[in-house]
Amino acid sequence: MKILVCIKQVPDMESKFKIDAGGTWYEKTDLAWRMNEYDEYAVEQAVQLKEQVKDADLTVLCIGGDQVKETIKKALAMGCDRGAHIADDDSSSKEPFEKAGIIAEYAKDKGFDLIFTGMQSQDKGSAQVGILAAEILGMMSVSTIVDFSYSDGVASLKRELEGGVKACVTASTPLVVTCQLGLNTPRYPTLPNIMKAKRKELLSLPVADLLKVDSRQETAKIYFPEKKGGGLVLEGEVAELADKLVKILKEKTGVLA
Amino acid sequence: MKILLVAEYRDKKLLGSCNELIAFSDQMDCESVMCLVGSESDLPRFNGTLYLADVENYGEYNPDAHKQFVLDVVEKEQADMVVFSHSSYGWDLAPRVAFAMKAAQVSEVVEVVDGIPVVPVCNAKLRRDVHVKTEQSVVTIQAGAFGLSEDPTGTPTVEKIAGDTAGRVDFIGYEQAESGGVDLGKAQIIVSAGRGIGKPENVGMIANLAKVLGGEYGASRPVVDSEWVEHNRQVGTTGQTVTPKLYVACGISGAIQHLAGMKKSEFIVAVNTDKDAPIGEVADVLIVADLKQFIPALTEKIQSL
Repeated sequence: MKILVCIKQVPDMESKFKIDAGGTWYEKTDLAWRMNEYDEYAVEQAVQLKEQVKDADLTVLCIGGDQVKETIKKALAMGCDRGAHIADDDSSSKEPFEKAGIIAEYAKDKGFDLIFTGMQSQDKGSAQVGILAAEILGMMSVSTIVDFSYSDGVASLKRELEGGVKACVTASTPLVVTCQLGLNTPRYPTLPNIMKAKRKELLSLPVADLLKVDSRQETAKIYFPEKKGGGLVLEGEVAELADKLVKILKEKTGVLA
Repeated sequence: MKILLVAEYRDKKLLGSCNELIAFSDQMDCESVMCLVGSESDLPRFNGTLYLADVENYGEYNPDAHKQFVLDVVEKEQADMVVFSHSSYGWDLAPRVAFAMKAAQVSEVVEVVDGIPVVPVCNAKLRRDVHVKTEQSVVTIQAGAFGLSEDPTGTPTVEKIAGDTAGRVDFIGYEQAESGGVDLGKAQIIVSAGRGIGKPENVGMIANLAKVLGGEYGASRPVVDSEWVEHNRQVGTTGQTVTPKLYVACGISGAIQHLAGMKKSEFIVAVNTDKDAPIGEVADVLIVADLKQFIPALTEKIQSL
């Protein structure tokens, strides 16, 4: 069985963001980078599937500059067999259809039975790339899964809907699935596995070889949302803050009456 | 310009999000038509043409069949823009439709300014204006971003469509959320824990404050995913929508999905170390402090009243 998992490197969302010089993306310096949270679940599920079917080859793909190799190495340490680094210093300006096109161009002719990815990225959050890649490849896709099992070429999945409801569906491979938070418990790479990962194949391919589709949209401008204000911001010493809040709650709400 | 609104019907019910689609099209101020895989027994209040595919034939959501149905209506109406809710339905269906139309899809639109769609970036810390290069476009709109001041009125002119209902995904059934002993929907006071509580041991101080206030405790998604708090206490789009008299958000940064579940609370207090956290946008009071020190201090203060 051949499995592909597509991941993205994103900044820690708690970071203080700044706007870059072009005004179309955030400034990439001085940020802590990590694997997109949704993709961690995708990697874990792909590794679990590989462990289940035994005879499987699992590739992890990531688009970006040299720095994304760190994130690929984490996926290798979690259990992926080989890494495909699509070298692109300008990946943040690529729109979802271009990203999907790159992935599809890489994946075509390789005969992947299953492709896993996160349902969206934490920074751009389009929730399109996995499904678009499937459409380009002519594969079926199932999105937002919170439960996955596989047997004899058929995946049984639960899609997360709103209000705690899940839709149970089945679909045959070849298949693309996009993973929602809470799908599984992503493992922490162990030290021996981190060491082992250093010896695994990690090939870099120039993005120009794989980008065959045209961009359909672009970012005109990025900016901080206007503060609607309204709310009162209180800072200071903890005991004093507690006093102030109790006073406010007494005045503005009936809850301490 | 002509807009096609794609309404959603699930498990024998029309979903209320179709009113947000109508609000969006009202704001765009152009001709709109609607389509729905649903039933004549539960129609949207909409003045205009509604293309209806019978759910009896189509069954519950089937990506291939729904895609073809929407594309048939796009073709028939020569729609310039197709609009979905940014929900599990829109996430799944919109990219399929956009791909077939060779159109750009703009996801999670929060507003449209001078024809330019605006979307959030990095958990709503930033926003971006999107320039669409294709003639036709597909958009998904953020839940709660477009609202009507009153419920829409009107009766649609129904035009029935029957198409190919074959698909590659088989629907087995729905699994409802397990309902525990807590009904946050009825709680007057809710104290919620977010990722900022740091470790599961700190759920206790949140529960304790809730108890002292005579309310219930809740949690945001990451806390539930980490299994620190059970799912029936989750507040947000995928959990419960709550409207208590007082909502205290502790260590919750304010992801859109969480805000959608609690922003209609009467009074909102947020406790966060980051004073730029998006939760500040909806909070009446933002306490900038370490919750591990502040919550016990507040609890003690209230107990002593």
